[in-house]
Amino acid sequence: MKVLITGGRGLLGSSVVQEILKAGHECVVVQRNPCGIEGAREFLDDLTAPKNQDEWMDGIDAIVHLAAKVGIVGSYQEFLDANVGATQMLLEAAKQHGVKKFIYASSPSVAHTGSALIGAGAQPAQPTSVRGAYSQTKALAELDVLAANTSTFATLALRPHLVWGPGDTQLIERIVERARSGRLFYIDGGYALIDTTYVSNAARAFACSLTAAPDAYGRPHMVSNGEPRTVRETLMRITQAAGVPQPSRSVSFRIAMAAGRAAEFAWKNRNSEPPLTTFLVEQLATAHWFDIEQTKRLLNWSPTISLDEGFAELTNWYANQ
Amino acid sequence: MHVLDTGAGQNHELTLVCVHGNPTWSYLWRNFLAQAPSNIRVIALDHLGMGYSERLDSERVLDQRVDDLTRLIRALKITTPIMSLAHDWGGPISLGWVENEIASADHKITGVILLNTAVHQPTEFKNPAVIRLARARGLLAPITEYTQGFVFGTRVLSGSKMSRDVAAGFRAPYRTRELRKAIHGFVADIPFEVNHVSRATLDQIALNLNLLSQTPVLMCWGPNDPVFSDIYLRDLKSRIPHAEVHRYEGASHLVSEDAPGLVSDVFSWIESPRGPHVDSPNEIDNSLVDFGAQMMEQAIIRPNVVGLTAMNEHRSVTWRELHSQTEFSMRYLSEKGVTAGDRVAFLVPPGPLLIPLIYATWNLGAAVVLADSGLGLRGMFRALRGAHIDHVVGVPRAWPLMRSLQIPGARISTKELGKAGERGKANVVVDGTSKHEFPSKDLGAVVFTSGSTGPAKGVQYSRGHIARTVAALQSQYSIESHDVIIAAFAPWAVFGPALGIASVLPNMNPGKPSSLTYRALNESVVRAGGTLLWASPAALTNVIDTVPEHENADWSGIRLILSAGAPVPKSLLKRLAELIPSASIRTPYGMTEALPLSEISLAEILSSDEDHGVLVGRGLPGVDIKIAPWSDPDHLTTDPEVMGEIVVRAPHMKNSYNNLAFTERTSSQFLGWHRTGDVGHLDAGGSLWIEGRKSHVITTQMGVVTPVPVEQRVESLDFVRQAACVGVGPKEASAVVIVYIESDQGRELSQLRREDRVREVAGAPIAAILRVRSLPTDIRHNAKLNREEISRWANKKLAGSA
Repeated sequence: MKVLITGGRGLLGSSVVQEILKAGHECVVVQRNPCGIEGAREFLDDLTAPKNQDEWMDGIDAIVHLAAKVGIVGSYQEFLDANVGATQMLLEAAKQHGVKKFIYASSPSVAHTGSALIGAGAQPAQPTSVRGAYSQTKALAELDVLAANTSTFATLALRPHLVWGPGDTQLIERIVERARSGRLFYIDGGYALIDTTYVSNAARAFACSLTAAPDAYGRPHMVSNGEPRTVRETLMRITQAAGVPQPSRSVSFRIAMAAGRAAEFAWKNRNSEPPLTTFLVEQLATAHWFDIEQTKRLLNWSPTISLDEGFAELTNWYANQ
Repeated sequence: MHVLDTGAGQNHELTLVCVHGNPTWSYLWRNFLAQAPSNIRVIALDHLGMGYSERLDSERVLDQRVDDLTRLIRALKITTPIMSLAHDWGGPISLGWVENEIASADHKITGVILLNTAVHQPTEFKNPAVIRLARARGLLAPITEYTQGFVFGTRVLSGSKMSRDVAAGFRAPYRTRELRKAIHGFVADIPFEVNHVSRATLDQIALNLNLLSQTPVLMCWGPNDPVFSDIYLRDLKSRIPHAEVHRYEGASHLVSEDAPGLVSDVFSWIESPRGPHVDSPNEIDNSLVDFGAQMMEQAIIRPNVVGLTAMNEHRSVTWRELHSQTEFSMRYLSEKGVTAGDRVAFLVPPGPLLIPLIYATWNLGAAVVLADSGLGLRGMFRALRGAHIDHVVGVPRAWPLMRSLQIPGARISTKELGKAGERGKANVVVDGTSKHEFPSKDLGAVVFTSGSTGPAKGVQYSRGHIARTVAALQSQYSIESHDVIIAAFAPWAVFGPALGIASVLPNMNPGKPSSLTYRALNESVVRAGGTLLWASPAALTNVIDTVPEHENADWSGIRLILSAGAPVPKSLLKRLAELIPSASIRTPYGMTEALPLSEISLAEILSSDEDHGVLVGRGLPGVDIKIAPWSDPDHLTTDPEVMGEIVVRAPHMKNSYNNLAFTERTSSQFLGWHRTGDVGHLDAGGSLWIEGRKSHVITTQMGVVTPVPVEQRVESLDFVRQAACVGVGPKEASAVVIVYIESDQGRELSQLRREDRVREVAGAPIAAILRVRSLPTDIRHNAKLNREEISRWANKKLAGSA
């Protein structure tokens, strides 16, 4: 199978390319800046305004669409263009070029309206009730992708939750940075139970999606390690692996939310992310863990690297830095 | 007439006719209409003048309403079998119609279901206060018609908080005075007066209940009903003795609103109205049981030997005194009206007054109702009210309590009895001729046990059952006449006289097992000659905790220690064995429903080091133990290593539950067997291992986890004093396992290291490890972990803040 991967540069993207290559498929990657992944053919292009689309779409059987605009910096229009516009364009191109499968990298936040998610399955995306431009536009795009599913054009969405691994500049490095400078704390003791996903497990879920059971298509799937842990333990394990001080303080949820609101207000007109957001506070303070039974069954996938093994990898990685 | 009907269909095998009372309407039956299986047609009518039926110019009386219903059903030309379902004053109306049908040759009635209703105003009780108030001259019309008071009041009668929408539903057809006219008429039609126009009709309906003798009847009751209280349930039960009864503890008048499981319970009953439990297979013989025989024999053989010692009262009584006190108690109770078949409860502390009273009750052919003070006041009151007792015997200081709690039944004081007993000691001649034989299938006792969840269940034992339990104890423990039972678990003092051996009540608070001290126990052995100890783990724990610094007591008299009531920690048993080397230590397994079932000695426990649950040994002679596998719960097996619910059969098994038809049906699903609610497995040698309660099993994405083995493995860690394993998350399929540890040690280890060690040994995926100072245990035994509460903690804590 010849597979096109968008957004192959990040931690998850490069891991997805590796897993798809490992599964014996041919890989084509497209992005704005060169990434130099071994074994994949690389095209440089802008997905929101493609210039040589026919070239990189040539002979493609399946698309894994990871590219997205993340974070909270930027106008709603920018998020809309990057996350919905590019996805719609890609769906159109896929149909024109006779692509058979379309795997969309979504996010659990497309269905997370703020309350705790406890052993939850993959609920439908709710673009109007989720918060923030990122979640809203990812939700819209997921609905578009799933609506495009037909008997000849199979689509599905994967929602990996908190992906991490060695070399992660997003989640892990931010936590480690904060811990190093003594700015990492728990909220209400950090007892909320959360799911995380070791990067290679998430990447394998994408590879498995290419050959999933027919029932798997047309719906979203939760992806995680299936080993929920408290926020407290998760942060302790990460800081221990990186050899930085463990958090020792805890603040109340109300104070953290107030601080988040204040930071969002102060950073309103700056072109960088505030150090604390209400979204982040909610994520750190409410349970969100999932039932991945359906994903395992329909994708014929299961996590192969346990959290313990993942933390051991992380420890090694930091030891070699 | 306004009628709701799920419609006639080809595949209907049964029609359920629902008849509402006052002042409700067919809305009451909405959940039955919605949840009906596809083979059942449900019809619910609004009486004329009520609900959305047309309003009439004149008031309608009972026989007209019976006639209305009869004509409606005829007009519907129903071809399937029919069952009736009725509530409140819908009861007499439906029964009037049902009786007319049954009296005709080719009737289709196959079952009758009644919810909080009545057919008769018991003359010995006053009319329901609420109705009396509503009927009071000059008040009736204002309450029922001019205002929404009565409609509103009925809503208040619901025990649970009714939602705004449902309340609006009940009120919907009764918004104006004109629309409420029939509510007034309905209340006015209750025939309190002898010459009331509907009196004869109601009396006839009550009288004709004997026509139902071949018809299955179910009564579902909300005992908190201020109108149709338990008095009316008892009255109906006496008229329809074969009826199955389920009291939904906590539910009130609108029982179908208050008891969430009622609708599905009723449909399950409709499915098999003749329940699995018709007559206990244990009670096929027609033998007679005389509980007083052993006591009398001892009074003849060794009249001056002590038969009962109460250490806290510094009192001991001889066999002759026990016997004569029993004879006096008998006469006294008989004078006070206690006769065969009655149920008698006691508010008398265990001791020389209570034991003869219990035997006197048995000698009169009546049954004793025992509710342990460990249940707490509220639990005891609920139990006594639910047991439908005829008499309550109380010590003078219990009287204010009896009055304030309104414990039902005729009150008998022990005041005179005490005196009579003292006086009569010398006068009674023991001639050995008086016999007190009653059939073994008669009710002997109702014992209330606290479940780990929900209100206490009343377990009913026949006289035969009690006799068989005594026989099982006698043979299992090779009890001989010189033995003396130390009843640290008070109910066991009751068995002494039936076994023909003396009993001693140690100096302790009988309602609090953990009040047994080392000293009190030793006094029971040294001064009262105790040879057999029956105690709960909580009591034994305290014995060990109160060992004095210089310990040199004489324990040589004691030969057997039985620890029952909850799982016993190995360490406790070891310590006990060191302390009292002369005694053989055994832990029987069983429950109030059947005890003992199996047994194991300390040596056997110590030689088994696998942490697969609590090893309780092989079934005793005559006891069968099987497993209803978790994965296939409808087929019993004895295959080794299969985890599932433990199902038992024993000659001394309970007969039934008190007014809990559905609990009874569940427990007796396998005819002749009892589902224990415990889970565990049998090993290759046929020994039983307990892994927890059925409700504590955790179903995770990776498989099923039982709590006890995980707890045992975690408790093997040196820094863990006690562990509790509970589930967090959705119950059905995707929970995760949480371990709470009670620990004040291991500070030298980092938190992560401790967590790693717990996970290494747990043998199940553990999502979180939480530390607490102390874990909650149940009030009764002070030994069983209260996993329900721990699970609530965990679910709350791990959900986070928002």
